[in-house]
Amino acid sequence: MAMTGVLRPGHAQIRVLDLEESVAWYTNVMGLVPMGRDVQGRAYFKTRQERDHHSIILRQADRAGMDFFGFKVLDNATLNHLEKKLVAHGVRTERIPAGDLLETGERVRFNLPTGHAIELYAEKKDVGNGMGYVNPDVDVLEGKGIAPTRMDHCLIYGPDIDANRELFEKVLDFTLVERVKLEDGTTDLATWLTCSAKAHDIAMVRHNEPDKMHHVSFRLDTWEQVLRAADIMSKNRTSIDFGPTRHGITQGTTIYFFDPSGNRLETFCGGYDHYPDMHPITWTWDEVGAGIYYHARKLNDTFLTVVT
Amino acid sequence: MAAYTIVIEDTGESYRCVEYRSVLEGMEALGKKGIPVGCRQGGCGVCKVRVTAGSYTKRVMSREHVSAEEEAAGCVLSCRIKPITDLRLAVIGPMRKNVCWMAEPAGVSSVLST
Repeated sequence: MAMTGVLRPGHAQIRVLDLEESVAWYTNVMGLVPMGRDVQGRAYFKTRQERDHHSIILRQADRAGMDFFGFKVLDNATLNHLEKKLVAHGVRTERIPAGDLLETGERVRFNLPTGHAIELYAEKKDVGNGMGYVNPDVDVLEGKGIAPTRMDHCLIYGPDIDANRELFEKVLDFTLVERVKLEDGTTDLATWLTCSAKAHDIAMVRHNEPDKMHHVSFRLDTWEQVLRAADIMSKNRTSIDFGPTRHGITQGTTIYFFDPSGNRLETFCGGYDHYPDMHPITWTWDEVGAGIYYHARKLNDTFLTVVT
Repeated sequence: MAAYTIVIEDTGESYRCVEYRSVLEGMEALGKKGIPVGCRQGGCGVCKVRVTAGSYTKRVMSREHVSAEEEAAGCVLSCRIKPITDLRLAVIGPMRKNVCWMAEPAGVSSVLST
């Protein structure tokens, strides 16, 4: 499979209620690497294994939630091409100048039909993962915090997820991996989409309020590391929403938990590879509980209601 | 270590909450119910209460769910207050959001409506 368009999720800017508390938590409990601050006071982080300059940006605000979610595209020609396709689709785009985010090139920003701000960009400084590009050693997992391998995907909540899916499929060449149908058997309650060969790069749930964030997810390599993450969370009195358990949808193992401002995050492992020729999987409304939480086989109170 | 009695007026439920726990976490720690539990971090707003008697310390909470005026009047997120006396409180709009999303899309019954 040749990936030539949208490559992967690249960054999420998250609003926090107390910046210093959050910087300490993302550093010491999540085990992310602090990558500096900009003139606006925003704090930047990457995982140890990510090569680009940052994947998480924290902004002090009076309310929690996500400002925008960015995808890296192959190169500037791709960026220009995708912007033309967005405009042709009737989407209004905005260019954010290079350098607005540290070490990042020009970004194309637009709003999804669900109200979320999405960005595309082609350039972000390769700072490496510390192992080098010649004869690299393995980065042995040691030191403080959960230390996930990468920021992997997000789940967003908003009203018109059908128009969202059309935009991602037709304009940005994403493919549908899994979906949950409502009782009418026609309407999607939720969809999982990928721009690559992952089980999901973005997912969305139908919800009455626009521009809501359910979670930003970080990948771990093993189920053992998911359990280790849960131990680190409890030891640090992190608020756990659900898990450790497994999702029926994507079949990944998971913990949902909250950052110090109530933004839900996920640490997960596994899931399967999805290629564009593969048939999407459908979950019916009566089995949504097992789709979300495979062992409990029921939803908890917070899954459909607690968002920021 | 001090502990205080919290009374949830809606249900008459009461429990003891140690001084180092939020009112919400004190309820959860003893398996009690009455206040909806969300993020426990001041962000999502589902645990909003009105304190009708008693004193507490508080931490920053989302302005999307609690205005400065409300906060001054004792309408707070129970995950962000710790008791320094016995407290009485009333739950505000518990799980209001729980039913809102069912209205979308029009004419389609929800997963959870039956």
